[in-house]
Amino acid sequence: MQFPSRRKKFITNSQTELYGHPLQFYGQPPLENISLTEFEALAVDRLKLLKTIENLGVSYVKLSDQYTKKLQFESKTLNFPYRPDADDRKSQAGPIELEKRRKDHISHFILRLAYCQTEDLRRWFIQQEVDLFRHRFNDLNPKQKLEFLHRNNLQYETISVEEKKTLKDKLVKSSYAASGVTVEDQEFYKVPFQDALDLVRTRKVYLKAGYVYIPHHDIVTIVLNDFRTRLSKALALTARSLPAVHSDERLQPLLNHLSHAYVGQDYSIQKNVGKISLEQIDSLSGKSFPLCMRQIHQSLRENHHLRHGGRMQYGLFLKGIGLSLEQALQFWRSEFIKGKVDADKFDKAYAYSIRHMFGKEGKRTDYTPYSCMKVILSNAPSQGDHHGCPFRHSDPELLKQKLQFYKVSPSGISQILELVKGMHYQLACQKYFELTHNLEDASFSLNHPNQYFIESQKVLGGGKDIKREMDAPQRSQENSATRGSSAAPEEAANASQDLAEGTEELDSFFQDA
Amino acid sequence: MPSSDYDSACLPDILPLYYRRLFPFSQYYRWLNYGGVQKNYFQNREFSFTLKDDIYVRYQSFSTQTELEKEMQKMNPYKIDIGAIYSHRPNQHNTVKSGTFQALEKELVFDIDMTDYDDVRSCCSAADICCKCWTLMTIAIHILDRALREDFGFQHLLWVYSGRRGVHCWVCDEAARKLSVAARSAVAEYLSLVKGGDEMMKKVVLTDPIHPLSVCICDFNRESLAVVEQYFSRYALQDQDILGRKESVDKVLALTPEDVRKELQEDFLYEKKPENRWKLVKEQARRRRGTSKKGQYFEEEIMLQYCYPRLDVNVSKGVNHLLKSPFSVHPKTGRISVPMDLKELETFDPFAVPTINLICEELDRPRTGEEEEKTEDTKEKESEQDAAESRKIRDYKRTSLAKYVKYFDQFLDGMARSWKGELLKKSDLQKDF
Ligand code: SF4
Ligand SMILES: [Zn+2]
Repeated sequence: MQFPSRRKKFITNSQTELYGHPLQFYGQPPLENISLTEFEALAVDRLKLLKTIENLGVSYVKLSDQYTKKLQFESKTLNFPYRPDADDRKSQAGPIELEKRRKDHISHFILRLAYCQTEDLRRWFIQQEVDLFRHRFNDLNPKQKLEFLHRNNLQYETISVEEKKTLKDKLVKSSYAASGVTVEDQEFYKVPFQDALDLVRTRKVYLKAGYVYIPHHDIVTIVLNDFRTRLSKALALTARSLPAVHSDERLQPLLNHLSHAYVGQDYSIQKNVGKISLEQIDSLSGKSFPLCMRQIHQSLRENHHLRHGGRMQYGLFLKGIGLSLEQALQFWRSEFIKGKVDADKFDKAYAYSIRHMFGKEGKRTDYTPYSCMKVILSNAPSQGDHHGCPFRHSDPELLKQKLQFYKVSPSGISQILELVKGMHYQLACQKYFELTHNLEDASFSLNHPNQYFIESQKVLGGGKDIKREMDAPQRSQENSATRGSSAAPEEAANASQDLAEGTEELDSFFQDA
Repeated sequence: MPSSDYDSACLPDILPLYYRRLFPFSQYYRWLNYGGVQKNYFQNREFSFTLKDDIYVRYQSFSTQTELEKEMQKMNPYKIDIGAIYSHRPNQHNTVKSGTFQALEKELVFDIDMTDYDDVRSCCSAADICCKCWTLMTIAIHILDRALREDFGFQHLLWVYSGRRGVHCWVCDEAARKLSVAARSAVAEYLSLVKGGDEMMKKVVLTDPIHPLSVCICDFNRESLAVVEQYFSRYALQDQDILGRKESVDKVLALTPEDVRKELQEDFLYEKKPENRWKLVKEQARRRRGTSKKGQYFEEEIMLQYCYPRLDVNVSKGVNHLLKSPFSVHPKTGRISVPMDLKELETFDPFAVPTINLICEELDRPRTGEEEEKTEDTKEKESEQDAAESRKIRDYKRTSLAKYVKYFDQFLDGMARSWKGELLKKSDLQKDF
């Protein structure tokens, strides 16, 4: 297929020039023709890579040794460029390496087509691509980094020697980048704080009057921001040209398949509506809810109230396990009116947001239950909140007490706490699952609270009638095709780096009065 | 008149008076129009009203100041919220193609609410406040105001008392209004140190992986600590008595490393005076800093956990989040949401903020002779509308609302200077073509 190219440039780029550097900024779409078979093969491999990145990001600290090693290994297996200095000694990359870079280039652009269609897809894709880029940039040696900046015309404002002198104290203190290099020997870049949000968020940079001062060591932050912004814009543009691509009947099903194959199961699909009665919830919460939901449920029963973070996380989970809208309204109302909210106030202040959750108000988006990643990474609980992931957001001491209370054996508890310490929250949760379900080894890898529930019901063989419907085929093809076409292409939107953003509109209805 | 005399049942009677004669519409419009620098800025702004019986109407919008006035005088809202500037007029949001109606800009806002401090104040809980815990708000404003100005370079910060138990901050700089959701949340996170929900006891953890021996963490925390230190002894040790009663002592000690805790527990058996107990804590902390053991910063961590501002990050994050408007009435207390002059922050007394019935009553007091005369004097020269306008101005000037409106005026003058610059730039550009 031929990629739609906005700038019809004459094709002078010989492969060596186009792929002269191990890292690409993907400024230009590929212009060659490729077969449909190759198209699919390339895309599937990149998806595998991105999926690996997503998983690694949950289990390991990004850029830690293990993270880097595993990612390099996966890149190598899938024939993507994986170690930039592997052929550093040769001045030119060999044909095998060039082929890898070509694969990297083309596959990236294919996935742009598949992942530009909705905001959710864009967000997922950008996140993984940014992580991949960060990993690769980090792997470059200093010379290659400069070369990369140069090739792609990335110039950032540096501060003068005098300015550096005056700011020296501040720069030393706030630059965590102590790599043995002193302030004098390093260039410092001065950029608006909006361009280095990751550093601002964590206070790991000197911030003054709206500008951050970034040591060359941390330049990746600025480059990444650039990468993210460009990719996000590009995806918005691609989305607009999508109708043309979609009229191609060979491509359309393929793209839909690609975009759904790897985002995992969509637990908002209401396969099992009404299979659970409200009376069952208390007992199910003890047997089959993951700890996060059990904790919220308990505090809801105790306080007859939940703040909005909890309502979102729990409400969508309940929807995912099969509560109908009517049941949900009844459930929340009956609990809230035991507390400070009367029925009238509930109908005015809360009912709307619950209907909203079911896509019956506002933008009419059908909101998806939160995955573990989302629970763990976004919208951390604060004062008065009970949501979040207990493995991530509880004091280890409290977690221990809770586990004791739930009758987990001392050796089990220490295994769990060990995993928590290593920041393997989902593995800790899975361990808890195994211990409480008397399994040697759970045969799934946990990434979603609703998955926990389904798996638990399977093991317990409970709610026989629930069981079959719950067994939703994960990543099934028939399913994804129909799902794809129902996902109407949204207006070009600023796809974002913030996981929490997708539900932003919904969030605004959940203010506490 | 004390606010205990306020009864929300009187609102239907006095709200019309408030909106007819006291609400500072011209300043309000001047604010939200931002000098007309951007087209349709005021027109595309969402307002939402809470009416009697908690009826909530969203997506109100107005094309002119007069229209806003008329509508408010007609609907007499119990509460006014301000939302975002949208791509289209909010009152027509149903007529535009779905998905195209989007929130584009809004002031960067912060909401600090006393209920979020319940685990660290013993004087009151939930919606109650007293002058003891109000200190927390003073600390919060100091810390945030400094950081927003010096670190982020914002200049136009409007601090507003919410009317009940908290304060709001509206950052009105153009750059702030244009921030993305991601940038807003990064700013809010930069400013948040106290993290963790009810399942997390220790909510502040300071680390310093690179310079383990330097005094303490980053610049930002140092600045914040300097503020907290000024208040800590009076607020935490005296007013809240955190080292007095057994349970509260236990809570504090839970934040110290285990070995230190044991020693302090023993020391406290003999030392009962909170000030001296705190000295013992400091002494332990000083000794620990000489070692390489974990938990070096527990002294600072305690101070921050008890005093550091607690933000509702969700309010700051969303562009389309609504926030109670300045000069709205708080229906529960009757107090007006008034702008706060930070020059008088130390003496700001939430209980001295006027209630709606107080200022309406003040209107009925007989005028002083001088004022009367002037009124007669100018009357003939004014057209009818001008007369109404100037009467309104004189009206609020006769009430205790005056000083807050005056401060609001000063704030607007400051902003006007910056948007004048903008307008000049624009017209210069036009000349060039
Ligand atoms: S790992 Fe996932 S399912 Fe388990 S408690 Fe955490 S968020 Fe819930
Ligand atoms: Zn108090």
